[in-house]
Order: sequence, then structure tokens, then C-alpha cells
Amino acid sequence: MKAHYPVAGSLALLLILALGLLYSTRSVSAAAEGKITGTIKLDGTPAHQRPIDMSKEPNCQKAHAGHPVTTETVVTGPNNTLQYVVVYISEGLPAAAASQVPSETPQWDQKGCQYIPHVMALDVNQHFKVTNSDPHSHNIHPIPKPGSANHEWNKSQPAGAAPFDVSWPAQEVAIHVKCNIHPWMSGYMAVVKGPTATSDNNGSYTLSNVPPGNYTLTAWQETYGTQTQKVTVSAGAPAKADFTFKAK
Amino acid sequence: MQTSHRTIFLSTILAMFLAPGVAAAQNSGVASGYPVPKDDLTPQQRTGEGLYKRYCIGCHGLKGDGNGENAPYIDPKPRDFTLAQFKCRSTPTGTLPLDSDIISSMERGLRGSNMPSWLPLSGDNRQDLLAYIKTFSPRWKTEKPGTPIAIPPEPEVTADHLRAGQALFQKLECWKCHGVEGRGDGPSAATLTDSKDRPIVPYDFTEGHKFKCGKTDQDLYRIFMTGLDGTPMPSFADNVKPDEAWDLVFYLRTLQPMHTKEKAIAKQIGLKPINPEAAPAAAPQQQQQPEQQQQQQPPPQHTR
Repeated sequence: MKAHYPVAGSLALLLILALGLLYSTRSVSAAAEGKITGTIKLDGTPAHQRPIDMSKEPNCQKAHAGHPVTTETVVTGPNNTLQYVVVYISEGLPAAAASQVPSETPQWDQKGCQYIPHVMALDVNQHFKVTNSDPHSHNIHPIPKPGSANHEWNKSQPAGAAPFDVSWPAQEVAIHVKCNIHPWMSGYMAVVKGPTATSDNNGSYTLSNVPPGNYTLTAWQETYGTQTQKVTVSAGAPAKADFTFKAK
Repeated sequence: MQTSHRTIFLSTILAMFLAPGVAAAQNSGVASGYPVPKDDLTPQQRTGEGLYKRYCIGCHGLKGDGNGENAPYIDPKPRDFTLAQFKCRSTPTGTLPLDSDIISSMERGLRGSNMPSWLPLSGDNRQDLLAYIKTFSPRWKTEKPGTPIAIPPEPEVTADHLRAGQALFQKLECWKCHGVEGRGDGPSAATLTDSKDRPIVPYDFTEGHKFKCGKTDQDLYRIFMTGLDGTPMPSFADNVKPDEAWDLVFYLRTLQPMHTKEKAIAKQIGLKPINPEAAPAAAPQQQQQPEQQQQQQPPPQHTR
């Protein structure tokens, strides 16, 4: 029995150390960074989503056989929650937090003649990868608004072509992306400074790494436009900000 | 009587003082038909402004936004200079063109559009116009033109090059818009729109020997490697190697109506239009033909 004590003792010590380390790192990050969470809802009947005829691209028609794809100008989830809404901090962000660029590289995929994701939120100068998972060509053609510091380009990406890496130099909500070969393909890239997120299929979103402070939050939806509200983030406690868009 | 003499005398003196002023006003533009220029322009831009307001304003508009009074009746629409976006460039997609790109568009005119050749103007005047056109977009102050894409020397046309070019035409799916025979009637042709959502048609290779951005093999090479910005025509530079691009140029020449070296070789080897349903043709290395057979064929008249 005695022989077990040193093992148990060292295990316990290790456990305490590990827990302590975990706790200390958590309390540090919680003190420095807050969160904003919320749910986006739609008030009213969503705009009618037209089924897409992909017969001109047999590969894609086959890929979606049995469950035809519709347009995605308004995508709702359970309880009229809204997906693909971009939420970002439009005012109040300290310069240091605004200039931080996340290191992760999101992917903008072309699959089944659709953009995955349909709406992507990005940081200014954040790199992202453009990929083509389809067995045929696409041309990827983002069209920033006239006068924007982002510039339009148009590149072909044939089947099996290597992904390419791009970024946008200026804030713009949002850049429309189209494929001229498949005119139904439509997506948006929202480029903002600081924390940003798009709402998921339950309409919820989370902005992480938000320093405590008073902010103006903006939510953007491709059909219904923008909404703003004030929010206060305090250390340790996540702030809540829900948005409701009115159906036109 | 005396008073009227005095009036005439005084008004003569007054006229003598005023006359140089009027003449100066006429020299500054009124007499030559140019509007009086703005103050913040360089002398070259001022000359360009005068020329612009005489020759370009009708289509490209006072603000350079392509909304001149003729614009509603023109298709394709006049260029919007406020975007600093040009179809015919030697630089990559999304970048500013070189000065020489814009100058050569002015000299050549844009085939298939209302833009004529401005060769009747002097070379200096075209430079003046270029200087003025650049005042419409702030991009010319904040950005530099892109690095021109390099074009390797043109190799000799062979049957293998043509076959490889045809395989590329299929693999890159040029036919989706331009059609299997290059007639501009591919499955996506009818729904194409430009970046301002206006309908636009793909190039029909059977309609002539000139392209919007020139007529040489080098021009053709440049068109698909840079893409035509503002239109559905993308850049293929990321996915076509410099030598492969020549293969595609050669194949595209077989689609055109005139007699070309390429067309003669295509006829000789019995090159058929692609079949989009079938898998793309195998790489040319696997179906090589003896070189001599092709070399023996004397190139027919080359009218390009």
C-alpha cells in the first residue's frame, strides 16, 4: 500500500498543476476578450426562393437530383431564424483590435454549382482559398462596388485546378461574386475590420475576441439590407444582441 | 458734335485696351472650340480635356463614366473611365493597364464596338487624351500598373500543338461560351452579362480575323491570359502554362474563316470539332505523330 502513495501523490500534483494552468489561461483571456452572441430572426414571410434549373450543367443537375437547389437570397431556419447574416462591429473598436487579422484561412468552395459558403465574412487582408470541387470549370468573378478600394478580377478555375490564395485590401459589405458560366451562382464576401461572423442555420452567431467596450453592431442581409444596434461588452460576460429583419 | 467725336475717340482707346484681352481669351480655347479648362490640371491634361470634350464626350460622357448622350444607343457600352478598368491589357486581371495598352486601343479602335481608330489624331494628342482620361479615377494616383504577362517566342505550328490546343479548348471549357466550333453559341452564351449586369455576347471566331484587342497571335495569347476585365471572359493565366498557351492560340486560329497554316494542318490531320460529351482528348504525348509528316506540308498562303 505504501508504494502507491508516491505515484498517487505525483498524479495529484500533476492534476492540480494542469488545472491551475488551464484556469489561469482562461481567466487571462476572459479578462481581455469578451464575446457577443445573438440570434437573427425574420419578421414576416421570407421572399420566395426560386428553384434553380441546372440542366445546362449535367454534373450539377445530377449532384442535386431529387432535392433541387433554390436561390439563397433569404435562407431561413427553424422559427424563422435567418442564416447567412453578417454581423460585425461598425463603430467603437479600438485600432489595435481592428487591425488584428485572424490567422485562419477560410475556404471559398465551388461545389455542385453553388458557393460554399454562400456568404463568407472575412477580415481586411485576411487570406482565403478559392477551391473548385466540381468536375468542370468555373470562373470566379467578384465584383466590388464602383469606387471601392477593392478591385474586380475574374479568373478561370478548371476541374482539378490548384486552389488559389487571395485577400481583399479594404472593408466592403459585401462583394458580390458570380460565375458567368453558371449564371445562377451567386455569393457574397463581406470584408470588415475586426471580429465578424455569419449566422448559422439556427440564425445564431458569435463574435469572439471582442475587447470590453461600447460598440455599434451592424447586421447585413443580402436582401433586407443592414440593421444596427448598440451593445456593451464587459469583461468575462458575453454580451447579447439579437436582430430582427422585417420581410419586405 | 464735339461730344460724339469725344465718344468715338474714347471708345477707340477703350477698344485698344480691351482687344488684347479678347484675343487672349480666344487663344485659351474659346476660338479653337475647347471649353475653358479647370485650374488643377497640368498643361498636358488641359490639352487632353479639350480633345476629350471634342471627340470622346459624346459616348464616354462629361464625367467619363460612359454615360454620354450616345451611350443609350450603343452596344457594347462605352468604357467607364471612373473605374479605371480596361478590357485590353497586357497586365494581369484586376490591375491597371500600361499606358501603351490604352494608347494602342485608341490607335486600333475596338472591333465590334462603336470605338473607332483615333489614328487621325497626332501621337501627342493621344498622349494628351490618355493623361486626361487618367484624371477620372483616383486609382491612377494610388496604384501602379500590373506587371505585364510574359509571352515566350512563338513556336512553329505542328499537328501536336494543334491537338494539345484542342484538348485545352475542351478542358478549360472555352466551348461553354464560345461553342464547340467557336461560333459564340455555347450553352452559357445566352445568359452572359457584363459587370454592370448588361447582356454581352461571347466572341464568334468565325466572323473575321480581328479581335477586340488586336489581331496578331500575341494579341490572342494576351486576351485569354489576362482576361477582359469587366466582361465574363476570365484570366486563364493561373492554369495555362506559357507554352500551352501557344497551343491554344494555334487551335483558335483553326476556328477562324481565313486560310491559315493552322487550318491547313487541321485539315490534313482531320481534326474534328470537340465533343463535349466525351472525355477530353488524351495528352498529346500519347498520340504523337511522326514529325516529318507535318513538316513536309508547305504552309499555304498566310492571310492574317
